[in-house]
Amino acid sequence: MIKKTLLTTAATTALLAAPAYANCPIQVGVLHSLSGSMAISETTLRDVMLMLVDQQNAKGGVLGCQLEAVVVDPASDWPLFAELTRQLLTVNEVDVIFGAWTSVSRKALLPVLEELNGLFFYPVQYEGQESSRNVFYTGAAPNQQAIPAVDYFLEELGVESFALLGTDYVYPRTTNAILESYLLSKGIAAEDIFVNYTPFGHADWSTIVGDVIGLGAGGKQVGVISTINGDANIGFYTELAAQGVSADDIPVVAFSVGEEELSGLDTSRLVGHLAAWNYFMSADTPANEEFIAAWHEFIGDENRVTNDPMEAHYIGFNMWVNAVEAAGTTDVDAVREAMWGQEFPNLTGGTAVMNTNHHLSKPVLIGEIRADGQFDIISQTEEVPGLAWSPFLEDSATLVSDWQELECGMFDTATETCVQLTSNY
Amino acid sequence: MSIEISRVTTAPAPRGSFLRANPSVLWFMGLLGLFTLGVTILSEGFGIGAISTNLVKILGMTLCLCLIAIAMDVVWGYCGILSLGHFAFFGLGGYAIGMWLMYARTEIVIRDSLGRGTIPPTELEVAEGVAAQIFGVVGSSELPLIWSFAGSLPFQLAMVVLVPGLLALVFGWLAFRSRVTGVYLSILTQAMTLALALYLFQNDTGLRGNNGLSGLQNIPGYQHVPQSVISMWFFWASAVALGAGYLLFAWVVSGKFGSVIRAIRDNEARVRFLGYNVEGYKLFVFTITAVISGIAGALYYPQAGIINPAEIAPIASIYLAVWVAIGGRGRLYGAVIGAASVSLLSSWLTGGGAPNIDLGLFRIVWTDWWLVFLGLGFVAVTLFFPKGMGGLFDYLVRKKP
Amino acid sequence: MLRLLPCIAFMIALILVAPLRASAQSDTPLQDVLQTVQPLVASPSRGTVPEMLAALITADAPGTVAFLRAWSDREVYERPEDGFFFFAREGADRNLVLIDIDSGAEAGTASSRDVNQIRPNAGVRREVNAALVQFELLNPNPARRLAALDSIARSPDAEQIEALEIALEAEEDSAIAVRMQRLLDLLNARFATDTATRVDAIDGLRGDISTEARRALNQILQTQSGFGEAVPEGTNVARLRVPGDDMPLIAAYAVLSDAGLAPARPGRNAIRDVLRANVVDGTVGGIPVHQLDNDEARRAAYLALEQAGTVAPLVTTADMEAAVAQYVFYDAYLEADPAVTQAARDALDSTRTRISIWQFVGISIDALSLASIFFLAAIGLAITFGVMRVINMAHGEFIMMGAYTGYVVQTVIPDYTVSLVVALPLAFLVTFAAGVLMERLVIRHLYTRPLETLLATFGISIALQQLAKNIFGTQARPLTAPDWLAGAIQVNDLVSVASIRVAIFAMAIGFLLLLLYILNRTRLGLEVRAVTQNPGMAASMGINPDRINMLTFGLGSGIAGVAGVSIGLVAQVTSEMGANYIVQSFMTVVVGGVGSVFGTLAGATLIGFLQKGIEWFNPANTLAAQTYMVLFIILFIQFRPKGIVALKGRAAGD
Repeated sequence: MIKKTLLTTAATTALLAAPAYANCPIQVGVLHSLSGSMAISETTLRDVMLMLVDQQNAKGGVLGCQLEAVVVDPASDWPLFAELTRQLLTVNEVDVIFGAWTSVSRKALLPVLEELNGLFFYPVQYEGQESSRNVFYTGAAPNQQAIPAVDYFLEELGVESFALLGTDYVYPRTTNAILESYLLSKGIAAEDIFVNYTPFGHADWSTIVGDVIGLGAGGKQVGVISTINGDANIGFYTELAAQGVSADDIPVVAFSVGEEELSGLDTSRLVGHLAAWNYFMSADTPANEEFIAAWHEFIGDENRVTNDPMEAHYIGFNMWVNAVEAAGTTDVDAVREAMWGQEFPNLTGGTAVMNTNHHLSKPVLIGEIRADGQFDIISQTEEVPGLAWSPFLEDSATLVSDWQELECGMFDTATETCVQLTSNY
Repeated sequence: MSIEISRVTTAPAPRGSFLRANPSVLWFMGLLGLFTLGVTILSEGFGIGAISTNLVKILGMTLCLCLIAIAMDVVWGYCGILSLGHFAFFGLGGYAIGMWLMYARTEIVIRDSLGRGTIPPTELEVAEGVAAQIFGVVGSSELPLIWSFAGSLPFQLAMVVLVPGLLALVFGWLAFRSRVTGVYLSILTQAMTLALALYLFQNDTGLRGNNGLSGLQNIPGYQHVPQSVISMWFFWASAVALGAGYLLFAWVVSGKFGSVIRAIRDNEARVRFLGYNVEGYKLFVFTITAVISGIAGALYYPQAGIINPAEIAPIASIYLAVWVAIGGRGRLYGAVIGAASVSLLSSWLTGGGAPNIDLGLFRIVWTDWWLVFLGLGFVAVTLFFPKGMGGLFDYLVRKKP
Repeated sequence: MLRLLPCIAFMIALILVAPLRASAQSDTPLQDVLQTVQPLVASPSRGTVPEMLAALITADAPGTVAFLRAWSDREVYERPEDGFFFFAREGADRNLVLIDIDSGAEAGTASSRDVNQIRPNAGVRREVNAALVQFELLNPNPARRLAALDSIARSPDAEQIEALEIALEAEEDSAIAVRMQRLLDLLNARFATDTATRVDAIDGLRGDISTEARRALNQILQTQSGFGEAVPEGTNVARLRVPGDDMPLIAAYAVLSDAGLAPARPGRNAIRDVLRANVVDGTVGGIPVHQLDNDEARRAAYLALEQAGTVAPLVTTADMEAAVAQYVFYDAYLEADPAVTQAARDALDSTRTRISIWQFVGISIDALSLASIFFLAAIGLAITFGVMRVINMAHGEFIMMGAYTGYVVQTVIPDYTVSLVVALPLAFLVTFAAGVLMERLVIRHLYTRPLETLLATFGISIALQQLAKNIFGTQARPLTAPDWLAGAIQVNDLVSVASIRVAIFAMAIGFLLLLLYILNRTRLGLEVRAVTQNPGMAASMGINPDRINMLTFGLGSGIAGVAGVSIGLVAQVTSEMGANYIVQSFMTVVVGGVGSVFGTLAGATLIGFLQKGIEWFNPANTLAAQTYMVLFIILFIQFRPKGIVALKGRAAGD
């Protein structure tokens, strides 16, 4: 039913849009999977985009034009992301695209995006090691999520022995590689770092959880860093709860578990485990209250939660609107330049700033799971600028990204050359 | 199956009159030629630009799917082996060419970048730079052993043929030797593609795990050629491959060889008693179709732009069987019709391009309901039209003698 | 922890004298004290909490302990305007009623945004609990005493020995006393002052495989690596390290160069960087730049620079070896007393065999649990595929249907136990009906075309999957086990098994027996076997094959539905869950041997143990285990095409 109303809304939006300029209505591409395994996370982001477009149209649109959302469904099929990106940019001729969730899908559409000089907003925390000319990364880079969470483990919880559990794909692999070298630099011995990868949707967790508990015999405080993605978390947390792993004994910090993922779980046995994000629904600010109210009204369900990637789209979309207004056009290159230095208030307080490396400055939040599936925010930093390239990996230690001054997303400061203008995908 | 048996008994066509005995081949070639010409005229790269580059790519990829579908038809419709693993060969072909595309493209970038330094790079530095570029994405910077010759196009082209061919040969030899047939063989081939997919999903395999190989649409050395032109090159190549594949298979299934494999399909034991080396025939068919599948994959993935292990998950091969069944088994053009119509319809309806149908009380949103209808469609076809859409031609031909 | 010592000592004194002390001078003594360490109270951190505790306890205002407890339970609020602290309770309109921490009187209301809730993290709470242990050990509430003991177990400390001894004497609950004695032993092993007591305590831990005992021993055995020209006097050496042998030469050299005892070894690109810095007129050391695209030319150029004295000589392997040879590298125990470390080492070694045995038991239990899930998922298929030779690709979707039935029942009946009791038979009925319907409408027409049932049922499978998506959405749905199934059965610290897995195992056994009974002991079973073996003959004997096929198919599907409920309890309920099990289920049936319930049992057991076994060798990569398992199955079928339990003669059916 909800979907039906949404599509009708989109359609009416299209009808109402009165062409004031030659390029009215302004087309906004929405490229989120509505079917397949990632629909679980991405459908919500499609909805939030439709809500933001509606809200902006109610405010009079952009440059006097109404906005029109062009929603396509890449169906969790990575090649389809590339195909539909080409379709959005060449057939629908959209001015901007908001979309993708997994890093794989982003890597799939990058070549098309760079070839056709599109503009893309990517709303999910990711592994870094990328800064495309055409992408604005509104999710967290590792230094805005993973590294602060590990610092919290080291300093506040006194963890000395780490279990890095992840789903087997690019984000956990790269993040864990960064974390391993970071932990080694912090004096954690290599034998105190246990790494395990499981496939997407893994359900058989008893042995792995048992192994983690077994680490406790080593005489050191054990902590788990989870980059487990999607559905598999349900089995993982169920097993944690069943084997009675309390947060006091073995704390677990997750980078891919938010309110949406916990809504499928009974969290009463998981109280005290942690997650690191840039946003939690429980943030007590007027802006957040307003956002949640608008979301509930739009979706017609008081029980729906909000999460970090939704805030990322909220910030990204509003920044894009402001950049278009500032540039006076939707031309990609003009908007890109207008994006640098854009500021917009976070839902958790403070102000997000878009840096010239196409990453945001955002605060880092660490939350403890509560019995009601929400998070207690126990730590909130000042805004941290996102780093495209990790200083903790040998290959990227000397790389920086600066599209304004250096006009390069992969600049080697050792050789003073731009390694390449396109991204590696 | 009774209909099929009657066909076996028809005497093989006399030598030299292959085309006369198979008028459908001429028809098919003609239509394929016309289609290619039409697309070329309408394309952005070489014609009036009426159809987008995007659509050209989709059509080109569809031609590759048609190619693997006729391979599937030969192995299933003619030889009776319901292989649920042919997409594994398709994927391997894609990986083989993808490695070269990725390596060579990255090498150009790295040479360019390092060459701008004061001191020219050593070969080792180039190789290290390439590895860091390709594998930095998966948290590693070493080039796995299987990439040793990735820089060589002839080597990787050979791999396109050899890897699927050898896998099919070894797997087929094992399976046919131990007389695994029917449903068991289907499940075994399914296990094969599952094992391969799981293997490729692992990072340790050295093919970037779940990430797969991407950016394959950029052809090394031709980076400055627009995609509208490159897409046409691949479209033509796919059309030529499909034509050649069709011709090859039509020839294979028309002679005495064709009669034998159809006989194997209908009663394997009897053919064996007649003194034929059944295993040899089956192995040949299995391997040749695997090789053609690999070639189809090698043409498909540069157009898709990315390949990852999910592409060869068991479901893909089941869909392949479904295309052939819907199109009509035991006739090559049936497979082409099935593959083209189902895959194009799928991408049209799930792409949000189709208008939703309002039935008053209920609204059919194609993105939600397409798969339900497709699924029920399979059931209907299997139950009511065992000969598939190709069967309609029989009807037409009989009407107009 | 050391910084806590004075305050803990003080707190012990405090318990003894607290009642006698006169109340402080000010009206708000506690608030006054808190304001002296305001920033530490307002933004707690594990690093600063000892300082705060020391300040509070030195000042010893009334209500300090209660405040600390409330503070660590996140019940304290800070008013940002003046930095004062309050307790609070919920008031009207989402407002908080502030309560004065000294008097307990109401001190006005505030919205939650006007005050900051102070949220000490788990690390801080652990420190506070450790500090409060002394009070809690004597608390009349046994639960509190046990909590205090847990706190000691988490952060053991030398000072706790005395408090624990006092508490042990006063303890009346024997269970708690046992626990206290055990913790005392562990503390003695680590912290006792004289060697004899420690060695005694450590010897008491011989053969103890519990995590906390091994943790204590491992903590005694912690080492630190060091180096020097000789091993210093009094060092309790754990082992000497030989560079190039059990320590990489480069690592050993790096230790020296880090300590400034040897010139740093240049990194990967050192030569290139040096050459780049020394380009003169397009040449380096007389070699033109464009020729420097290979290592030999670069080395020659570097040598030229070296001879000219422009750059420092390269560190060669020989140089490194020479430098390293002058030093001894070793690992030393942090514990200086060799008698203690030797005892600990012996105690730890004595557990090794037992640990291996228990780990093997643990793996076997995991394997059994996995096998029972595979069995449940496949048993329905064993009937439809194994007995009837119908390839039902929609089998996985029947599992999904069962799981969703469980979910729907749970949304209607909130009590998890009752809902589970209702869900199991209901899931059976729903999928039984679906199976019968499918058999009547589709499969019946395809008995002569087995490969085509595969296609038709695949069509049904994708239609059902999408339908589930349209109805329930793409979100994973919760299927929660009742509380009595939510815990785990703890054999010891090495082996524990989730109760739900035990229940699934029991259910698998139950189904096995039920099926065997139905197939071998009932009229229906007899007829099923008859129809399977020879439908024509069976029909002529008065059996209605149509009816039997329908019932058999319904039975197989119904079992899939029940399996779905149980799988949903351990894994996630999504529209795609069935697809995850279908291929594996087919392989289970084929490996086991088609047409036999025992075969499926054997197949599931083999696959379960195999997967866990491979995982055991390569624990970091679960995917590898699955890959090799499938490869094994492929090879297995080559050599035993009929599976483990091969039917012979006519029953084999071909």
